Amino acid sequence: MDALVDTERNLTAAAASQVKVVARNVNVHYGDKHALKDVSIDIPANAVTAFIGPSGCGKSTFLRCINRMNDTIPIARVTGAIEIDGQDIYDRRLDVVQLRARVGMVFQKPNPFPKSVYENVAYGPRIHGMAGNKADLDEVVIGSLKRAGLFEEVKDRLNDPGTGLSGGQQQRLCIARAIAVGPEVILMDEPCSALDPIATAKIEELMDELRENFTIVIVTHSMQQAARVSQRTAFFHLGVLVEEGPTEKIFTTPQDRRTQDYITGRFG
Amino acid sequence: MSDHIAKAFDVDLHDLNRMVAEMGGLAEKEISDSVQALVRRDSDLARKVIATDPTIDALQLEIEEKSTLTIARRQPMAVDLREIVGALRVANDLERIGDLAKNIAKRVLATASEEFPSQKLIRGLEHMTSLVLSRLKQVLDAYAARDLASALVVWKSDDEIDAMCTSLFRELFTYMLEDPRNITFCIHLMFCAKNIERMGDHATNIAETVHYMIEGHPITGPRPKGDTTTFEMAPARG
Repeated sequence: MDALVDTERNLTAAAASQVKVVARNVNVHYGDKHALKDVSIDIPANAVTAFIGPSGCGKSTFLRCINRMNDTIPIARVTGAIEIDGQDIYDRRLDVVQLRARVGMVFQKPNPFPKSVYENVAYGPRIHGMAGNKADLDEVVIGSLKRAGLFEEVKDRLNDPGTGLSGGQQQRLCIARAIAVGPEVILMDEPCSALDPIATAKIEELMDELRENFTIVIVTHSMQQAARVSQRTAFFHLGVLVEEGPTEKIFTTPQDRRTQDYITGRFG
Repeated sequence: MSDHIAKAFDVDLHDLNRMVAEMGGLAEKEISDSVQALVRRDSDLARKVIATDPTIDALQLEIEEKSTLTIARRQPMAVDLREIVGALRVANDLERIGDLAKNIAKRVLATASEEFPSQKLIRGLEHMTSLVLSRLKQVLDAYAARDLASALVVWKSDDEIDAMCTSLFRELFTYMLEDPRNITFCIHLMFCAKNIERMGDHATNIAETVHYMIEGHPITGPRPKGDTTTFEMAPARG
């Protein structure tokens, strides 16, 4: 029995040690503002990593570096290195559109396209040429909706507008849309902040299921959410990565005073 | 540690600390009164101890309620969570200490008509009690001041009380062997001694809780043990 437990523990340790995203000395400037300072972190595969910290601490900025979303901001300048599976994502030869298919993103406010539920999910696979015919596309769309835990609720209205769904359903539609193109990493920027507790619980449950197949990075202002859904937590403050480690450790015995003050609600 | 952004949270934690301190004071008083009642064969005092115990029990319930409510309302993290868990645990230990003192008081009433075998035995018990009381006081102060070093002193020194209990047991055996008429009273005294020794154990539990509150993990390593009464029931000489 002990041997079995040990084996399980070893497997868990092995899985945890598999690093998906490596960031080294990442700095971001928005014009004169130094928004992110020398951030280095290893993000494990098949786990949920939560970024927490007060507003303006750089956590969303860093999240947006992982799929080069900051490229779209003219005054943003990113230095340092970020690798996914050992591949430098800031390599000039890299196709950013392909990168964003590998690294999906879900935003704070659900933002379905003004199209049908079906088209919302089908859009990505279609422009990436991932489905040869209608049957293939149907399979991808239905499969993604199922994995996003939405299919049962929308199966009779696949042709209705996505914007007609409830907030929580719209957010799961956005998750289905993100996973339809078969990403490896899913970035979530406060995905539940516009949702009620029930819809939030569904998304959290979904994250727990999705991490079997994806690497998930979530920015959240809810510490309880970070504690519930993530395996690792990173605390950012004033553009600096202050502390990073196993979630249970960050929320029970943080090492840095700033982390302790923030998670216990003592920040002035 | 105070100054939460939400001031009401500070008030909640402060209230919890205050209630634990109040419980601690009551428990200390119950211990000394129960043993005084035994020494002086004072049934009135014994009855007073028994009557005080429900107050301690009520305080423990109040602490539990307040803790549950604070956890639900504030969802405390890290040191705050440990504060609350700590208050719950300490309250639990203090409630048990109260019960043990009440049990001594009940034995005072049960032995009111018994012959008194020896002042020396009672003095031994008294000495043990003052040692336990000083440990309890020290650990409650350590709890109030979040003083890790002081809590560790208590944690390490329990073996002295254990050793005293063992030697008292041996002595009681001698008296019982000498004259079977002593047996009833000596058995009662034996339970009283064991109760006091258990109080000492609760004091070390509190020391462990203080360590957990400050450090965030349990104390590792073995604690010195001087209590051999569980295994050594026969008198050493006799």
